[in-house]
Amino acid sequence: MLEPSEAETFLLRLYVAGETPRSLGALSNLKMICEDNLRGRYQLEVIDLLQNPGLASGDQILAVPTLVRRLPHPIKKIIGDLSNRERVLVGLDLRAR
Amino acid sequence: MSNPVAHSGRAVELSKSLTGIRGLDEVTRGGLPTGRPTLVCGGAGSGKTLLALTFLVNGAVRFDEPGVLMTFEENGDEIASDVASLGFDLPALIEAKKIAVDYVRVERSEIEETGEYDLEGLFIRLDYAIRSVGAKRVVLDTVEALFAGLSNVTILRAELRRLFRWLKDRGMTAVITGERGEGLLTRQGLEEYVSDAVILLDHRVHDQTSTRRLRVVKYRGSHHGTNEYPFLIGIDGISVLPVSSLALQHDASEVRISSGVSRLDDMLSGKGYLCGSTILVSGTAGTGKTSLSAHFLKAACSRGERCLWFLFEESPQQLLRNMRSVGVDLEPWVEAGLLQFHADRPSRYGLETHLVTMHQAVADFKPTVTVIDPVTNLLTAGTLTDVQAMLTRLIDHLKMEGITAMLTSLTPGTVDDSTISSLMDTWIVLANENVGGVYRRTMGVLKSRGMAHSNEIRTFVLTDRGLQVFDPAEPPMAKAIGGARLEGQSGNAGAI
Repeated sequence: MLEPSEAETFLLRLYVAGETPRSLGALSNLKMICEDNLRGRYQLEVIDLLQNPGLASGDQILAVPTLVRRLPHPIKKIIGDLSNRERVLVGLDLRAR
Repeated sequence: MSNPVAHSGRAVELSKSLTGIRGLDEVTRGGLPTGRPTLVCGGAGSGKTLLALTFLVNGAVRFDEPGVLMTFEENGDEIASDVASLGFDLPALIEAKKIAVDYVRVERSEIEETGEYDLEGLFIRLDYAIRSVGAKRVVLDTVEALFAGLSNVTILRAELRRLFRWLKDRGMTAVITGERGEGLLTRQGLEEYVSDAVILLDHRVHDQTSTRRLRVVKYRGSHHGTNEYPFLIGIDGISVLPVSSLALQHDASEVRISSGVSRLDDMLSGKGYLCGSTILVSGTAGTGKTSLSAHFLKAACSRGERCLWFLFEESPQQLLRNMRSVGVDLEPWVEAGLLQFHADRPSRYGLETHLVTMHQAVADFKPTVTVIDPVTNLLTAGTLTDVQAMLTRLIDHLKMEGITAMLTSLTPGTVDDSTISSLMDTWIVLANENVGGVYRRTMGVLKSRGMAHSNEIRTFVLTDRGLQVFDPAEPPMAKAIGGARLEGQSGNAGAI
């Protein structure tokens, strides 16, 4: 396990398109991973592109669900339903590849 | 499909959307299929992005059909400068809500894939852009870039199939570009999904000169030209050269203009060539083609007409000197600004570039009379079919502009005269025959549309006072040749 600076706050955005089983699954997977690994030092924002289609281009979203780690830099993107915990942790730089 | 059409026995041509690209709309007989996707594929630098952009910009500017560009390749500046090269201001079009652009970037390095996903985000972005301008046209350039950014090919293929279907359901007239692949039209086999129309672009180098070609590989439910057509990327963007584009809509002028040789005028029912017509002067080397052209242009300049002379063999200085020796001084007309030369080596660049520069020279100088001397030299710049296509296109253009054109041709040459000559209104044949050890020059009018013309072959000489045609009534050969001899003795090398 890497030791990210305790001061670092993770700014996360989850892009979904409607309340589909896949997007709900991704959200609950993400919440569990965050609670287990980033408790108290993350902010999560969920953006439904069906409600806000204009927001898709800003973060270059193509696939849904897409999780964007906006902070810390650099920006990371994890696409898919986040069902593979190990891959998500690797994607967030919380675990070595 | 959902759109039932009553069968009246005659097949109903599907509705088409004009691209505004000259030539392409003729080849496709009206443009791309409305409300359906068309695949435009070709190698790097084959012009597919420019073709797609032209289709989009023309839609927005000329046909009142706003459009969306979703680009996966170039950045905004490159696209804007491509559009600027077509003479349009992309930011202004975006501002005016005629075009929406979405730049899609996929960085594999910053993406981790875990579990199931789809490309709904792409659909949402496209839908958003389409709504923002009320688009009727969509360009995806080049959607295959997604394969470099995302690793799950199965999902990608399924989603692309869904995307093309979706575009069709939305009634979008779409152009999807694809990179040419090994043994396939596109690297990822997009042609499998876009089955309505496929256009293939090719950029090949033949004897170190480049030619661009376009072919409509497929056009479901429509007739289309099946040949490979040379196309140009010029100052005005793309244009395709269909051999059959001679639209036959030229005004038929009744005005006559002198050939510059009064006895030749006599042979052409006494009045000379038809204004705005195309005249072929053919003959082997040294038969006087250039001299006849010089007479024609001198007469035109004397009437105050602007004349443009394309030279593919001689330099202007050489030509002026040689023509002075046969009594035609063109220098004053050059100085008066009525006569301009455009000299070029045929091998200097490809045919399409020649055509573009010739078009440009005509547009700049605005001549009413032009000479292309010799047109056969252009053969070295391309293959026979290409040259014929180019000539067809050029003549077409000159006729549209009402410009009288004289083309000289070295025969027997490699250009099949029967093919070129069918485009010509008047055909003058010059010859230089060996008669009893003396060369005898002859001139005949093989054809001349729209007028009664003489069918006689007349003898002529080139003197230092110009070209002299003998009257058939005059004592024939012996005297004619004698006359020529005399001229030769008085210092005219060209006569014998």
